Amino acid sequence: MTAPAIFCQSLVKRYGDLVAVNAIDLEIRAGECFGLLGPNGAGKTTTVEMLEGLTEKDSGVVELFGIAWGTGQDRQIRQRVGVQLQDTQLADKLRVDEVFTLFRSFYPRGRTPDELVRLMELEADQKKYFSALSGGLKQRVALGCALAGDPELLFLDEPTTGLDPRARKLLWSVVEGFRSRGGTVLITTHYMEEATALCDRVAIMDRGKIIAQGSPRSLVDGLGLVQFVEFETTSPLDEQAFTTRGLVQAVERRGVRYRLRLDRSLSAMARVLDELARQAVTPVGLSAHQATLDDVFLALTGRALTTEPENGLVVPPPKAPAEAAP
Amino acid sequence: MTEPFSPHPLAELTKARLREFVREKGILFWVFAFPLLMAIGLGVAFRERPAEPPSVAVVGGEDVPAVRALLESKELHAKRFDKKQAMRALSRNKVDLVVEWRSNRAVMRYDAMAEGAPLARAVANDVLQRAAGRSDRLPVAARPEKRPGARYVDFLIPGLIGMNVMGTSMWGVGYNLVVARKRRLLRRYAVTPMRRSHFLFSYFISRSTFLVVELAVLIAFGWIMFGTKVQGSIPGVFSVALLGAAAFAAISLIIGARVENTESANGWMNFVQLPMWVLSGGFFSYERFPELLHEPIRWLPLTALCDALRVVYSGEAAFRTLGHEVIVLGAWSVAGFLIAARTFRWQ
Repeated sequence: MTAPAIFCQSLVKRYGDLVAVNAIDLEIRAGECFGLLGPNGAGKTTTVEMLEGLTEKDSGVVELFGIAWGTGQDRQIRQRVGVQLQDTQLADKLRVDEVFTLFRSFYPRGRTPDELVRLMELEADQKKYFSALSGGLKQRVALGCALAGDPELLFLDEPTTGLDPRARKLLWSVVEGFRSRGGTVLITTHYMEEATALCDRVAIMDRGKIIAQGSPRSLVDGLGLVQFVEFETTSPLDEQAFTTRGLVQAVERRGVRYRLRLDRSLSAMARVLDELARQAVTPVGLSAHQATLDDVFLALTGRALTTEPENGLVVPPPKAPAEAAP
Repeated sequence: MTEPFSPHPLAELTKARLREFVREKGILFWVFAFPLLMAIGLGVAFRERPAEPPSVAVVGGEDVPAVRALLESKELHAKRFDKKQAMRALSRNKVDLVVEWRSNRAVMRYDAMAEGAPLARAVANDVLQRAAGRSDRLPVAARPEKRPGARYVDFLIPGLIGMNVMGTSMWGVGYNLVVARKRRLLRRYAVTPMRRSHFLFSYFISRSTFLVVELAVLIAFGWIMFGTKVQGSIPGVFSVALLGAAAFAAISLIIGARVENTESANGWMNFVQLPMWVLSGGFFSYERFPELLHEPIRWLPLTALCDALRVVYSGEAAFRTLGHEVIVLGAWSVAGFLIAARTFRWQ
């Protein structure tokens, strides 16, 4: 059996009194896309940087392809790994194709700058200075650099944070293309939607620990076969009527916005709509959706993961400890 | 068949360093324009002028031949005044001496405190006596000479080269590393299989390349503007400059090894460079400082660099005969590199 692409056991990192990473175990098989999810400050970046051999671990085991860091084979490991760090500013006055050539030169094999330019759809910008690029284009260049050595394993630390949906989709398609060639990916993100779209398995981190692990589907199903109905209304809702009659499992309210949790079936939905009609409530912006990883996080921690009102309740940002910087 | 694409990391890193350098206009200004402007400013302010002859106001004695001789003499600058004007000119320091012909003798009036007065008196007296028939008994031949390499600009240009080498080496290596660390670029390189030695060596190559250009520009400029020439060997000058660049690069590496933000890097750069701007004799000889300080000043790298550049530039000594300066620069280089190698952090 071949060694897992990434293996870590009882991985610990402390910064003073803060335990940034608290005894984490991970095993990521070759060819897998694994997502590390969690809010800012959960310890995702610290974990990834220990796996990358960039940050010293305090204790525990880290092996990439069955090889531990610091055993005289670091260079061999690095030749097989591509990395996109969070906010790296590459040299301002180098052109995009020059940056690719530079990074390509570090690896024994890899893709030509032309291939990378085409792959990242940077044809129109390849002669521009890095400093002249927009944030989204800079992220593409960073991902191109990570792919320059044709790696077997790709680390992506929040690659799409702050990107517009179109740019995000492009990055997703590049990651999918990389996987179709047999590559392994470890991606951190706080977009649950991104994890669902890309990852075979995810681990949810909170305060330095992994609080859930599995495929996105199994984690969601772990909540039970539920769905959510959301709407706004200014007329008073008889919440009791919903729960006592067994129409819903829970009612959450924030201001004028309601969120009902009910069984995942059309008949359950129909009964809820009937009850709304009976109470003569006009729901505004009514939507129904199945549980997401956001709901999993909410159920596990009692806190919302994202601060964006995408498809859940509008909640204040979680009071997470600031991401510890090494 | 196309060649397999396999760029060499050292070549690419060096090219990247060179490109960043020439594409940054601010850096180009500080490296090339600034020292040239300094050279122009200082060279013009302290340019050599032939000594002005003493100026003399002559009053009276219109038909006296000796007085006429005074007015015609090339050894001084004599002009007729009336008494009142002459005394006013003297009190305002416009003339060094007033010679008044009064009852068959010359009366010399002068400011007893003025520096130029004794010379003016001696020259005027000579002219008057010779015109009156005095003959000199001892033949004296005057042979005015113009020695190349003895002017202030000859002292200044090697000093400016030394200071330029210090500045570009320190900013180009140490400060550049701090910027790269702040931008998290060093971390990015650290997760690639790039060899650390390639990275540091690329700095060495790009610095040396630009050193050659910098030196060529400054030497050519001194020659065109002020006629200063390398009397000694040009390879010797380059060797000294290279050794100096190594010393300052090493010192700046200590700063670049750890400092994380550009503000404190700025502070450290100036903390190291400013004392040497003052003490090391870039603009003016450190001999003017009290004797007690000379020995410590001679151990500063910029002093060693400027001293060595001057003697090699003027041809007083060859590079291989330099002792003290080479030891000083070598010691700073080795010590700096060793300390930096022990303390260097990629993140």
